[in-house]
Amino acid sequence: MAKINMLQAINDALSLAFETDDKAILFGEDVGHFGGVFRATSGLQEKYGKERCFNTPLTEQGIAGFANGLASNGMTAIAEIQFADYIFPAIDQIVNESAKFRYRSGNEFNVGGITYRTPYGGGIAGGHYHSQSPEAYFTQTAGLKVVVPRNAYQAKGLLLASIRDKNPVVFFEPKRLYRANIGEVPDGDYEIELGKAEVVREGNDITLLAWGAQMEIIEEAADMAAKQGISCEVIDLRTLAPWDIETVAASVKKTGRLLINHEAPLTGGFAGEIAATIQEECFLYLESPISRVCGLDTPYPLIHEKEYMPDALKTFESIKATVKF
Amino acid sequence: MSNATSHNETVHRVSFLDKDSVSVPILKILQADGTVYENAVLPTIDQELATKIHDTCVFTRVLDERMLGAQRQGRISFYMTCTGEEASIIGSVASLDSEDVILAQYREHAAIRYRGFSTEQFMNQLFSNEKDLGKGRQMPIHYGSAELNYQTISSPLATQIPQATGVGYSLKMQDKRNVAVCYFGEGAASEGDFHAGLNMAAVLKSPTIFFCRNNGYAISTPTSEQFMGNGIASRGPGYGIHTIRVDGNDMLAVLAATQQARAHAIHNKEPVLIEAMTYRLGAHSSSDDPSGYRSKEEEAKWQTHDPVKRFKLWMINKGWLTEKQDADLYEKYRKEVLAELKLAEKRPMSKLDTIVEDVYDAPTPRLEQQLKSLKKHLNKYPDSYPNSVGRV
Repeated sequence: MAKINMLQAINDALSLAFETDDKAILFGEDVGHFGGVFRATSGLQEKYGKERCFNTPLTEQGIAGFANGLASNGMTAIAEIQFADYIFPAIDQIVNESAKFRYRSGNEFNVGGITYRTPYGGGIAGGHYHSQSPEAYFTQTAGLKVVVPRNAYQAKGLLLASIRDKNPVVFFEPKRLYRANIGEVPDGDYEIELGKAEVVREGNDITLLAWGAQMEIIEEAADMAAKQGISCEVIDLRTLAPWDIETVAASVKKTGRLLINHEAPLTGGFAGEIAATIQEECFLYLESPISRVCGLDTPYPLIHEKEYMPDALKTFESIKATVKF
Repeated sequence: MSNATSHNETVHRVSFLDKDSVSVPILKILQADGTVYENAVLPTIDQELATKIHDTCVFTRVLDERMLGAQRQGRISFYMTCTGEEASIIGSVASLDSEDVILAQYREHAAIRYRGFSTEQFMNQLFSNEKDLGKGRQMPIHYGSAELNYQTISSPLATQIPQATGVGYSLKMQDKRNVAVCYFGEGAASEGDFHAGLNMAAVLKSPTIFFCRNNGYAISTPTSEQFMGNGIASRGPGYGIHTIRVDGNDMLAVLAATQQARAHAIHNKEPVLIEAMTYRLGAHSSSDDPSGYRSKEEEAKWQTHDPVKRFKLWMINKGWLTEKQDADLYEKYRKEVLAELKLAEKRPMSKLDTIVEDVYDAPTPRLEQQLKSLKKHLNKYPDSYPNSVGRV
């Protein structure tokens, strides 16, 4: 067990993927000798060779199409899209191909060996195109799994599980935590099961639900609420598709209230899906409307980043309003 | 048959086209010492044009040096230089009409400067203040100006390429004797948008100049890992596009090639591809460190091909410039940049209301409601949002 940051934990997971799976191949823009713009793949080309870990030409569409080809023929494809903001040229290959390969062929073929890793999210003065959280474009696509880790320990276990899962996974990495999040991470191989949320703090008055970098935000809000005598149950959803309805519903049945927080814009965001499902599952248990604390319905702005973000104070205000309703 | 396949011969035994058979000449006019090659055909250039080009070179050098320094001091969040590529950018923009529409990638600020973007405007954008034309919404270096026919930079690579095809076609439809000019790097040419843009321009006969800055690197990825063919120029004929390769560090060669490319595009109403061979002397951006992927020796070799110095020497040889005038100009711009920098960093950022403006032509009721509740929140906790204190 060592204290390492999230980038080191991801690097560790990728290293283990190479060690334990001789079909594993890793590729993307600048991931080779340089080790990626965030250095998540540092040293991997040196250790595992240029044939297994390499730079691609600058084409996300090509990267995703190449991944489909590799995986359709039995390989384990670990593809990096340099920023989630740049995943859109690849969306045809991911949404129309990766997601439907198995279904359209009657399971004659599948590309379950793919994991798309991509850094997402704001808080780094990245403006429109280095800050977006595009998870909802993918959660609406049947056939894809969508995973977001909240810390270094989770990143390693969830990434290994994603790489070994028999379905294509889009793995969003919260880049503002890459170096900021440091924690105890086991040296060895371990997996965290996909599709399972985690109750990270138990409470009675309201359930707070988030994923990725927003987890530390809702925990901070829960601390603020605790000082006012409000007891929050805090849940990390971890996997957005397929999501753990059971754990969330059980919590809401206990607390009677739910607040969902995500960085992506409110309208069409994944919180809407969660809210709809939970009001079906828990209608008679709800004591107040389900609250969504999310990004505004605007592109991600540079100068008003702080105002745009669904931060701890906004979450705290919403907790109070929901409990008082 | 009307297309190019009609002049191909028929053979009766297997014969592949050799992948190395495509040879592309490179146009060079100006030598490193500032003299021109024997028999070189010079572009149209007089002292006034040369002086404006030189002025833009010096300004760009000063801006890049000062603002990279300002980023290192934490005064701005991000910066990108175009050091080493000035001749490619300025030589091309200086061949255009001011009504030609420019769609740049992001490393072409020398072009918007040439068009008249003031030092104050640069600083307002870099400091994201309320006078920035882009209202502080994008990262530094994302310049744009409708008045200067320079479309606002978008960070995603290559998206501007098919857009330029559309702009060129619209200029033709509007009966203007103008072209669209699209800048991009050799890395961006790997994106699908490159293929889409060039093929559509050829098929639809869009008067567009596609200007590739082949500067050797896409962040850390060298051209040897980017493509296997003979550069970007070799692709032009494949699309049916008139193509030329120039020494991108040679101001006169870039000028000559772009002047003729423009005339061809307008006269024939069709696209032209220019590949300028140059070198990104600086890092990709202030967030990058090239020591992890290229050698000091390689950088030092390219320092000796400095395009700004080469053009300066030519002007001195012509008697159009003295060393003292050159040095004074650097001094003038150092003072001007510093003075404008100090003013710009004191200007406030745009008011909060701008956060919901321009999403649509007018804010929707939903956005108005979001702004209202945001203001209520900020007024409750003014100390936690220092940027918008007193401006809500």
